[in-house]
Amino acid sequence: MMEMKKATEKYRYSMILLKELVKTDFKLRYQGSVLGMVWSVLKPIMMFAIMYVVFVHFLRFGADVPHFAVALLAGNVLWAFFTEATGRGMQSVMERGDLLRKINFPKYIVVISATVSALINLTINLTVVVIFAAINGVSFGWGVLLLPVFILQLYLLALGLAFLLSALYVKFRDVQHIWDVLLQGAFFATPIIFPITMIYYMSPIGAKIMLMSPVAQVIQDVRYHLIWQGTGTVWNMIENPFIRLIPVGVSIGAFVLGMVVFRKNSKRFAEEI
Amino acid sequence: MNREVALEVKGLFKSFRLPNERVSGVKQAVINLLKGVKGYSRQQVLKDVSFKIYKGDFYGIVGRNGSGKSTLLKLISQIYVPDSGEITVNGTLVPFIELGVGFNPELTGRENVYLNGALLGFSTIEVDEMYEEIVEFAELEEFMEQKLKNYSSGMQVRLAFSIAIRAKSDILVLDEVLAVGDESFQRKCFKFFADARSSGKTVILVTHSMDQVQQFCNRVLLIDKGHKTVEGSAMEIAQIYKELNDDTANKNISNVENRNIKLDVKFENTGDKLKFDVRINSKTEIKDPVVVFTVYRSSGETAFRWATNEQADGEVIDLSEQNRLKVELKNILPDGEFKVQVAVRSRDKSTIYAMFSEVIQFEIVSKEITNGTSWKIPAKCEFK
Repeated sequence: MMEMKKATEKYRYSMILLKELVKTDFKLRYQGSVLGMVWSVLKPIMMFAIMYVVFVHFLRFGADVPHFAVALLAGNVLWAFFTEATGRGMQSVMERGDLLRKINFPKYIVVISATVSALINLTINLTVVVIFAAINGVSFGWGVLLLPVFILQLYLLALGLAFLLSALYVKFRDVQHIWDVLLQGAFFATPIIFPITMIYYMSPIGAKIMLMSPVAQVIQDVRYHLIWQGTGTVWNMIENPFIRLIPVGVSIGAFVLGMVVFRKNSKRFAEEI
Repeated sequence: MNREVALEVKGLFKSFRLPNERVSGVKQAVINLLKGVKGYSRQQVLKDVSFKIYKGDFYGIVGRNGSGKSTLLKLISQIYVPDSGEITVNGTLVPFIELGVGFNPELTGRENVYLNGALLGFSTIEVDEMYEEIVEFAELEEFMEQKLKNYSSGMQVRLAFSIAIRAKSDILVLDEVLAVGDESFQRKCFKFFADARSSGKTVILVTHSMDQVQQFCNRVLLIDKGHKTVEGSAMEIAQIYKELNDDTANKNISNVENRNIKLDVKFENTGDKLKFDVRINSKTEIKDPVVVFTVYRSSGETAFRWATNEQADGEVIDLSEQNRLKVELKNILPDGEFKVQVAVRSRDKSTIYAMFSEVIQFEIVSKEITNGTSWKIPAKCEFK
């Protein structure tokens, strides 16, 4: 009974704190900028515009894919979320060092608050994608209802990595640079700016390996259900049911690993920061 | 005295890793691993500290800079994890390790109240309810919509303090918070602490100000170089602290040993004279100690102090089985209660061999009708 009460107290405290930290984060992020919140929508669209001009207009990527512009925007938005959630999550513990040193509270809150901010951004941006898709003449099917499942999967992956990275970052600042490079590499190894079919024509096995990355899997699934049912996904490109499940397994595995590592290390954060 | 324990600390040890070279790079970590170099040394900060705090105590933890008192506080607040030992907290504990934790200069005063409130566990609705009172206590009504960076440091502290005292907790932990704010605000704080104490809250105050300790605390722990040195009433500790900091303020106390020393004191008040006859019996011979005899008022003020050869070139005495100290004072003491303390320590003040506080208590009641508390200073007065 006593234990129960303590647990609910702790949960209540965590929720209050999480809410306030996310709120503060949002207030601070766009403070002093004229357009404020609009930037969280404007930025990915502008990035998209550049990519569109370079890759679709000049390099003619995805000319054979219907609504590729929308697919490019969707991929870009999901990738931006992944980068933001892991990057900000990684630094969150160090950034909140002043809090950690002075008050005892559940440390995972700072990582979650950083990733939740990114998640809110993603939600706003996906709304933009949907509007963009509608303008582009995409007809939505019932599959749209599955989107939250894939977003949840991507979030779990990003959160797990954020836990892992933030715990490592406290010990080694190198992690940030390593992660930046890895992300840059992964960007080109993920079908964002080019359609997966482009790789498939060159090397079918290469396309399949590419889909083993959970980020690629989620991006393709979102495109499949939101934009075009001809999009290649793990489910229609890979026959072996066990191999199909690898990306989902990796996401869950990363989440569990991140949690375990974070839990083990978080007790000493206050001393090590 | 069967009072409930609010907080118990048992055999607490804490050490920190001190990196020899900065090992926050993977390269250095790998090199160290290959070489078998640890890359850090250990610094023992707390060594076997134990004490109990009872419900309703106003408990002071005093010590010099670097004595480990802040580390102890962070361990109590569960910010640090002890190497070994146990800390049992009975009730909720909110530490104000520092006022205004999480305050952000880019946010307005109002926003900071909500943020800081959340850190103390208050939901938005709860802060809504107490918001007016917080602002009123802080006397910052006109400034709440301004950014915190435009506040003076005093204003920030006032705001932080006003939120902090809202914390619903059975045990309050304060780290030097009284040192801030202007005089009128300090008075407000003092009143708050006095109220807290009388309402039965347990308060732990960490400070190096003996004045504050004497003003508020009923029990005090003196800590030095990570050891629990002595625990006692505010009065006793104040005396020891004073004794140790008296003229050689940078000398360190390494330990208080209660060596096998026995004390037998006889006291006689003949009216105009106060006679003390102190027999000191030490089982082991102590070379070159200093014996200090102090008479102090129950308010802590020293009335009389005498020490054997305190000067470096003074005559060397040794303490053995039979020593005797006779003190005869002319009774010019004012009315009130007095206590006697006898201390035996090393000449360099690094070690206290024995400390006997309140060996004798006596009261001076004058027969003459005078202003009860004035000193009877011999004087000639004329009235024409």
